Amino acid sequence: MNTFSYTFLIPILPLLMFLFIGLTGHKFKPIVSGVIGTVSLGIVTLLSYATAIQYFWGVGKIDEVFQTIIPYNYTWLQFWGNFKISMGILLDPISVMMLVVVSTVSFMVHIYSIGYMKGDGGFSRFFSFLSLFSFSMLGLVLATNIFQMYIFWELVGVSSFLLIGYYYEKPSAVAASKKAFIVTRFADFGFLIGILILSFYTGTFDFGVLTNPETTPVASMTGITFMGVSVVSWAMILIFAGGAGKSAMFPLHIWLPDAMEGPTPVSALIHAATMVVAGVYLVARMFVVYHFYAPGVQELIGYVGGFTSLFAAIIAITQFDIKRVLAFSTLSQIGYMMLALGVSGYGAEHGVGYMASMFHLFTHAMFKALLFLGAGSVIHAVHSNYMYDMGGLRKYMPITHITFLIATLTIAGVPFLSGFFSKDEILVAAFEHNKLLFAIEFLVAGITAFYMFRLYFNVFWGEDKHYHHTPHESPLVMTIPLMILAFGAIFAGYLPFAHMISPDKTPMHLHLHWNIAIPSVLIGLAGIALAWVLYKKKNPIPDKLASAFGTFYTTVYHKFYIDEIYLFVTHKILFNMVSRPVAWFDRHIVDGTMNGVAFIVTTSSNKIKGLQSGQLQQYAAVFIAGALGLVLLGIYFLQ
Amino acid sequence: MNILNLVVIIPLLTVMGIVMAKNMKAVRWVSATGMFLQLLTAVFLMFSYLAIRKSGVTDEMVMMSDHLWFKTLNIHYTIGVDGISVAMILLTGIVVFAGIFASWEVEYLQKEFFISLILLATGVFGFFISIDLFTMFLYYEIAVIPMYLLIGIWGSGPKEYSAMKLTLMLMGGSALLIVAMFGIYYTTVLPDGSHSFNLLQLAQGAMSSPAQRFFFPFAFLGFGVLGALFPFHTWSPDGHASAPTAVSMLHAGVLMKLGGYGIFRVAMYLMPQAAHEQAWIFIILTSTSVIYGAFGAIWQKDLKYINAYSSVSHCGLVIFGLLMMNQTAMDGAILQMISHGLMTALFFALIGMIYSRTHTRMIHEMGGLMKVVPFLGVVYMIAGFASLGLPGLSGFVAEMTIFIGAFQHGDLFYRIATIMAISAIVVTAVYILRVVGILLLGPIKNEHYLHLKDATWYERISTLTLLIAVAGIGFFPNWLYQVVYDSLDPIVLKLSTVL
Repeated sequence: MNTFSYTFLIPILPLLMFLFIGLTGHKFKPIVSGVIGTVSLGIVTLLSYATAIQYFWGVGKIDEVFQTIIPYNYTWLQFWGNFKISMGILLDPISVMMLVVVSTVSFMVHIYSIGYMKGDGGFSRFFSFLSLFSFSMLGLVLATNIFQMYIFWELVGVSSFLLIGYYYEKPSAVAASKKAFIVTRFADFGFLIGILILSFYTGTFDFGVLTNPETTPVASMTGITFMGVSVVSWAMILIFAGGAGKSAMFPLHIWLPDAMEGPTPVSALIHAATMVVAGVYLVARMFVVYHFYAPGVQELIGYVGGFTSLFAAIIAITQFDIKRVLAFSTLSQIGYMMLALGVSGYGAEHGVGYMASMFHLFTHAMFKALLFLGAGSVIHAVHSNYMYDMGGLRKYMPITHITFLIATLTIAGVPFLSGFFSKDEILVAAFEHNKLLFAIEFLVAGITAFYMFRLYFNVFWGEDKHYHHTPHESPLVMTIPLMILAFGAIFAGYLPFAHMISPDKTPMHLHLHWNIAIPSVLIGLAGIALAWVLYKKKNPIPDKLASAFGTFYTTVYHKFYIDEIYLFVTHKILFNMVSRPVAWFDRHIVDGTMNGVAFIVTTSSNKIKGLQSGQLQQYAAVFIAGALGLVLLGIYFLQ
Repeated sequence: MNILNLVVIIPLLTVMGIVMAKNMKAVRWVSATGMFLQLLTAVFLMFSYLAIRKSGVTDEMVMMSDHLWFKTLNIHYTIGVDGISVAMILLTGIVVFAGIFASWEVEYLQKEFFISLILLATGVFGFFISIDLFTMFLYYEIAVIPMYLLIGIWGSGPKEYSAMKLTLMLMGGSALLIVAMFGIYYTTVLPDGSHSFNLLQLAQGAMSSPAQRFFFPFAFLGFGVLGALFPFHTWSPDGHASAPTAVSMLHAGVLMKLGGYGIFRVAMYLMPQAAHEQAWIFIILTSTSVIYGAFGAIWQKDLKYINAYSSVSHCGLVIFGLLMMNQTAMDGAILQMISHGLMTALFFALIGMIYSRTHTRMIHEMGGLMKVVPFLGVVYMIAGFASLGLPGLSGFVAEMTIFIGAFQHGDLFYRIATIMAISAIVVTAVYILRVVGILLLGPIKNEHYLHLKDATWYERISTLTLLIAVAGIGFFPNWLYQVVYDSLDPIVLKLSTVL
């Protein structure tokens, strides 16, 4: 237990930095906030590495099985008896791996941002938000129970909201941040109900209890069905909905491309490397339950992942905003990870999908963060997001160019770079389990290589555009993170992932499957070649192709009009057909009734107030008439 | 002397101090000092309550004292507290303290304003320490009357209309309550055959089922009107829109809580069988009002209306949680009362502060305020996050506790109602972010706003007091949860014995 006592600093330091910079940041020079934020994240990164080394190559493994270690677990809210929400730290292979991913990328982004955000009015605010995000993400990764995860899940959501809307004077940024928050909130609604169902039947939130394959109380839920589907499946599908929202799976993907309104380092950190893979992490965390008690849902996850990866890859071909191309590429790659979980088995070598998913998560974090930071460097130099404003940049920005090229080759699956290894494992897993999904992924591998090189050639090759001033390489504070990440993108594939991560926590022994690797490399190369022909030098073929595809091209360019469908549902139906009538109903019917009662009272009292005239004769007349009437009535009835 | 008397005596002394004060400055400082002492007393009360419980006292109510008032009807002045009332007193103390600083710049009849405000608070404090139904009712009326004057005189817009509407509707509620009170008095037979208004004694007595069935709706609706139960909530938007800042704060923050408090303390506690039988009707009403209020809020354009509808939604959740009749959900409902009290007081304080700068409450006339008044902007945003249930702030704890508790019902009807209520978290996010987006973010729409000044020191005191409380509960909810949980024991026990 005590060997990991330092781990509490990992989430706490960023929290303290958030409070410190947030409360006092305006009192110092902006750079101070940047430096202390970065230094503390540096410490967090060192601690994470120490944890990883100690865990994987030290005390983590007992009898060839990786242990789940919980150094801290405090009761945060105790509902009754043993039913409580705790806040703690859980170390197991995937959480330790995520620690490394989150802290590395966050650290790189911190350093990079010192250069990228220089001179921005909200410099301190930016760094305090980055700290808040790092805290939330680390808390999510280290969660010991599903409710703690939900809590930090919401917190990363709000950090993402704040950072997407960082340029809050820009209406499009405000709209994008709002959209991101509301779409993910909608998904979290499902997540929460899923948690409630699961905890109602099992009486616990604890991951340790829920995901223990021998003793999981989920077993007691089998046989209970609701509308013909078992309650476990309901719970797990709803929990997956939460994950799909955060990981931007179809059809909840619409917020991610818009989220590119945030500053580019934010896109690299949150919307490429860490937060958007939280959904994958969640499914991996609950993998035992999915695999044994809700296999149908696991299957569904595979298909959702496969579909999203194809769908997003197709859209990526047509986009011109370089960040959006990367955003769709992220969608597509996360689809890969989800698919891998969907096709994974359990135990020994069957767990290859699970391992591959985590492996790809790791390598993707490196190369996609690199791509975004590289894109940021380009945007910084040419002050535009659009590739038609770019061209020939390789001469001006050599470091950015080389690192970007490395990342592009990595994502295209060129052999011996990290992406090649992780993608190969995913294809192996898919091939063994589901040939259709394999075919989709195989195709997507080619499309990926094509659209990435389309981007690369358009930006770095071709002819110079009319730049306002000659583009120049970014300062070292920005290029050093690029180089470090490039190093990661090249060599991350050589980490012995199969020995570290598997669903049953025992090391696997895998080797490269050349029968799958060679064709996938070939289709990748074909994609690259096609991009070379079309985009290396300016030529009219792409435009001709676009017009040849006509409607199809426009549909794809408009992202299959999914946004428009959502707008229709939210604005036309929910706002105009629910909210507005509710407001009207409340004012005119409910309140109208109240006012009506008051009106009746005042009117009728107005009508009869004349009776109180103060004239004795009138009173006497009424009195006599009344008395007479009563007497007559009395006589009539008594007879 | 019983220290509980202090919570009524200090406000009364403060009122006397204000009467004697010579100028505006003195009036302010007397009020501020008085309410600061009151806040300290409330904190002290919480600590002494915890100390008493720790020493092993398991009485339902502690610090009790009893004075015979009117022998013929066996009316007593009985006071005492349990964990829930202490928590509510603390809430009231915080909100009143913040309210004084929020009304630092009242423009005319300052003396009378502060006197009415503190009298209102006295009524609320008295209500929470009362054990005798009659005392309770009396204090309730003390709280409602100054409200009429405060809105009618210091309000804005159609203030006479709003004041009249609010008072008449609340009086209508009172009329139902008085029927319920006497109904309970006459139909409950105590073990010794006498009649009583004392809650604890009444809980020991037996009330026949037909009597329960008949009087439960009176008590429930009587308090429900105050707790903005749909469809008797329409006093709330108009009332709040016209009320001056501090009155809105106190009203939405505390007075509306008397409704929820009365519902479980009087209606459900004394008539448990009827509560079980009739719960389904009110569950439908409240789960509807949770969504209805949220959707209503989306369409509003006036900041105060938005907050009023948001209150309908949040207070609906309070009664919803209470009706679930299990300890966790009821605990959540009480946390929600406290959380909503703090949060909504904060909102109204901020709205007042923004209004005093821009002279409008229409969101579309404003924009980009974050740039010019960053302090107010940030606090508004945090209040918004609290309202949409962000972890780390009080709203999340309260809502989650209600949802988890409510979901423990195996019955499908309860489950579906719960899921309906949960769906409000999405709609809430929509209207909160809409307001934040239009009001605080985006470009500045009006050049005059460029010269606006950020929060003054007294505005900072007012908002930070509330904000610290909201974050405090959000970060460390367990102690409050446990205090409330233990105090719910007798009520939940009573409710479960009739099953």
